[in-house]
Amino acid sequence: MNPHRRHPFIRVATILVYFFLYAPILVLVLYSFNASRTNILFAGFIPSFGALQMGGSTVVQSPCGPFHWFCELSRNREVGLAARNTLTIAFISTFISTIIGTMAALAIQRYNFRLKSFSQLSLYVPIVIPEIVMGIGILTLFSQLFGILNGAFGLEGDSRLSLGLGTVIVSHIAFSVPFVTLVVQARLQGFDKSFEEAAMDLGANELITFWRVTFPMILPGVLSGALLAFTLSLDDFVITFFTTGPGATTLPIYVYGLLRRIITPQVNALSTVWIAIVLTVVFLLQRLQSREAK
Amino acid sequence: MTQTSEFAVELRDVVKTFKTPEGTLLNAVDHVNMQIKHGEFFSMLGSSGCGKTTSLRMMAGFEWPTEGDVYIEGNAQGHTPPFQRPVNTVFQSYALFQHMTIYQNIAFGLEMERAPADEVKTRVGRLLDMVQLNGMERRYPKQLSGGQQQRVALARALVKMPNVLLLDEPLGALDLKLRKEMQLELKAIQQKVGITFVYVTHDQEEALTMSDRIAVMSKGKVMQVGIPVEIYERPQSRFVADFIGESNFFEGIVQSVEQDRATVLVPSLKAEVTGLNTGQVGVGQKAIISIRPEKIRISEQPALKTNFFNGTVKTTTYIGSDTHVYVDMGGGVTLKVWEQNKISSLDPRAYYVQGQKVCLNLFPENTLILAES
Amino acid sequence: MLKRLRENKSFQGTLLVSPTLLWMIALLFIPLILTTIISFGTRNADGGVIYGFSFHNYVRLFGFSTDCPGGQASCFDPLYANILGRSLSLAFWTTVIVIALAYPLAYFIARAHPKRRNTFLMLVLVPLWTNFVIRVYAWMMLLREQGVINGIIGWVAARFGVQFEPLQMLYTPGAVLVGMVYEFLPFMILPIFTSLEKIDVPLYEAAADLGANPFRTFLRVTLPLSMPGVVAGTILVFIPVMGTFIVSDLLGGKQVILVGNLIQNQFLSARDPTFGSAASLILMIMTLIVTYFYTRKFGFGEEIIAV
Repeated sequence: MNPHRRHPFIRVATILVYFFLYAPILVLVLYSFNASRTNILFAGFIPSFGALQMGGSTVVQSPCGPFHWFCELSRNREVGLAARNTLTIAFISTFISTIIGTMAALAIQRYNFRLKSFSQLSLYVPIVIPEIVMGIGILTLFSQLFGILNGAFGLEGDSRLSLGLGTVIVSHIAFSVPFVTLVVQARLQGFDKSFEEAAMDLGANELITFWRVTFPMILPGVLSGALLAFTLSLDDFVITFFTTGPGATTLPIYVYGLLRRIITPQVNALSTVWIAIVLTVVFLLQRLQSREAK
Repeated sequence: MTQTSEFAVELRDVVKTFKTPEGTLLNAVDHVNMQIKHGEFFSMLGSSGCGKTTSLRMMAGFEWPTEGDVYIEGNAQGHTPPFQRPVNTVFQSYALFQHMTIYQNIAFGLEMERAPADEVKTRVGRLLDMVQLNGMERRYPKQLSGGQQQRVALARALVKMPNVLLLDEPLGALDLKLRKEMQLELKAIQQKVGITFVYVTHDQEEALTMSDRIAVMSKGKVMQVGIPVEIYERPQSRFVADFIGESNFFEGIVQSVEQDRATVLVPSLKAEVTGLNTGQVGVGQKAIISIRPEKIRISEQPALKTNFFNGTVKTTTYIGSDTHVYVDMGGGVTLKVWEQNKISSLDPRAYYVQGQKVCLNLFPENTLILAES
Repeated sequence: MLKRLRENKSFQGTLLVSPTLLWMIALLFIPLILTTIISFGTRNADGGVIYGFSFHNYVRLFGFSTDCPGGQASCFDPLYANILGRSLSLAFWTTVIVIALAYPLAYFIARAHPKRRNTFLMLVLVPLWTNFVIRVYAWMMLLREQGVINGIIGWVAARFGVQFEPLQMLYTPGAVLVGMVYEFLPFMILPIFTSLEKIDVPLYEAAADLGANPFRTFLRVTLPLSMPGVVAGTILVFIPVMGTFIVSDLLGGKQVILVGNLIQNQFLSARDPTFGSAASLILMIMTLIVTYFYTRKFGFGEEIIAV
């Protein structure tokens, strides 16, 4: 029996599901080259380079040619700011959640302590409650807390505590940590304790054992935890929506705001850039992985 | 290596208690005393859960005794962590660092001692020579065969020149042929370096082949310590006689004791059996008679004046070097006899056959009278 | 001091887990407690909270109004109960459809040649990494009255000379369902794949050897062994569908109000955080009950982190 033999039904279903997954994305990318400004119908590519010329709502000629909307996008300062915020939030929250999540995974997997089962349980809670519950909870917490603090210290004007990058980062850490912990924990489950015992046996104390043996061996797990935290942060809409404030708009929030008002090919261009970056990163990671496997 | 004490390792009244998953307490090691001499190849032998690995781990410092203490070179170890003990371990799983090369693995211990680079290089080189892994320095553990990994694990521990080398079933993962080769090699290396080896195994043949002395353990206790010949030829209990090799047992009451001999009335045989009184039993006491299958002389006519018993061959199994003969003695008693195949023959009549009447001769000097445990 | 730290394993463990635990307490448990407290309060005129102990928010959610046209103390008003019911049924149907679509694909990938398996998996992950909001936008483009789907049908109709009125697809419950299925499909494929991948080929061979035909092998061996993946996937799909408000907002417009929209609305437009908090707690309790009953039989293991 060939284990790779599959029923024709499975093959057809597979093709259809992949089509379902990719058709919308392909349309999205195609429309980022749309000559029509209203972006309702695909009016073809912008045919030529040169000074901007409009024919009705159709772009006839652009300095960037078919890449007209990408050029427009690059001039959009709001997008630039949102991109910067998004990356700042993702990097900082990933960094912190990876560290404390790895620590927690080590604790739960390796040690016995009184709060162990409570810790494990509390890490499952954010996974099994809807994000919006956590989002409005954190919003309530911050507004109450800031209200009290601003009142107590008589903070006024710019020095008032308010929602912003800080609150978003702190909240992103809260929902990333459980995922980091679970990923690292899964890695530690297959980790034989005798590696650490061997290091200690050979004269390494606990700290050296950790840095020279444990950490390098769980590093792939830590990295995939970090990658997960990073993508969760980049992708997050709900929690950010409730914890963000003026000046801390992220790309998803910005796009959402835009979509409620207008639909322009700039959003498509933004999507295309985003997808291109994701594909590049995935491709590089794949290359790296297959190199490591050898 | 300075010898400050009579013993390289000593366990004094050591108890190690674990909590079982059911929440009850279990003494994995139960009041164990053990003295391991300098330069000795000492084996702890027993089935899984007998406490041999826990004892070894307490010597290494991975576990601490609940009661009693481990002494290394006469020094009580208490809660000394592994990295401060003058012992090194070869792990059952080898525990080679997968992210380091063979060279880095072996050099790791010396690096921890902050040995100068050129010294590290010469010492690692010497060890690579010893375990015949020259040219493998830059490979990673995964690229090596099981036997090669085993050698790296050995070299990594030996390069530190520990006072005592602890080995936890180091050959368990190897196939039979390789295991036999490595047994001899390990023994040769031990004799060359002169380091005390403490070796944990569940394989009795391995223990008998390599050890200077063996401790047979069961249920957290040491049953007997002795040189291999003693363990096999003069087991002190039914457990040891049964665990090491095979044996036939009868129970009975001692009738008379004469010098080193004792005579026991065995109800199941409805007869008296005389043997060596190795258990120092007295008249009227219960005793256990133990005789190894290869030490029973099987014949058609009695070869002895007493201590012979008639029976009928129940089954025979031809295993090449020997024929295993199972003899029905009546009264539900079956004795096993290993008969060496000294003659090369294809004729079935050259061997004992089912239903044949035979006589089993139990030479008193081969028959052990043990105290009931 | 160092010796005591070294020997006190319990203290070491507590120390290592404490940052995470503090974070969870501060940003998960305290907010949940605050939400609970507020949900029993009433709002004042400018959207602030008057603390108290009143069940009126919950009474409203379960179908009674205290603001009756006839002036009675309370009367039946299923507005909010309908929203809860709609959210539950949408989450249910999304999950069912997602399982039906995900299972064959996961099966295909799990049985693919190991060399190509990673590529197929990556193809599932890539749409997931395009942003959540962007994915909704893609469906807005497809479903709009002058969108791609209507465009294609119109073009085909014109070729056959048939009169074609563009279909109203956007801002319908169907649009929300399609959007939800699209958003959460990968979250089902990956856990099911993970549990299918673990099934050893000899197991299939044993089943065949014992006389099971491929269909019976699937029913008796494959399906039961892949249940942990289906359970994990269901949790990863059902819960977010219950709480999402962007999909219904952008694809459903004012036509499809889900509990997520209700909560968001109470906090940002209607300015009644007490009612929003009560709705949020009910939402959480509903998902916890579903999760509890659903995982009680199968539990969920590492499949939950397959994504």
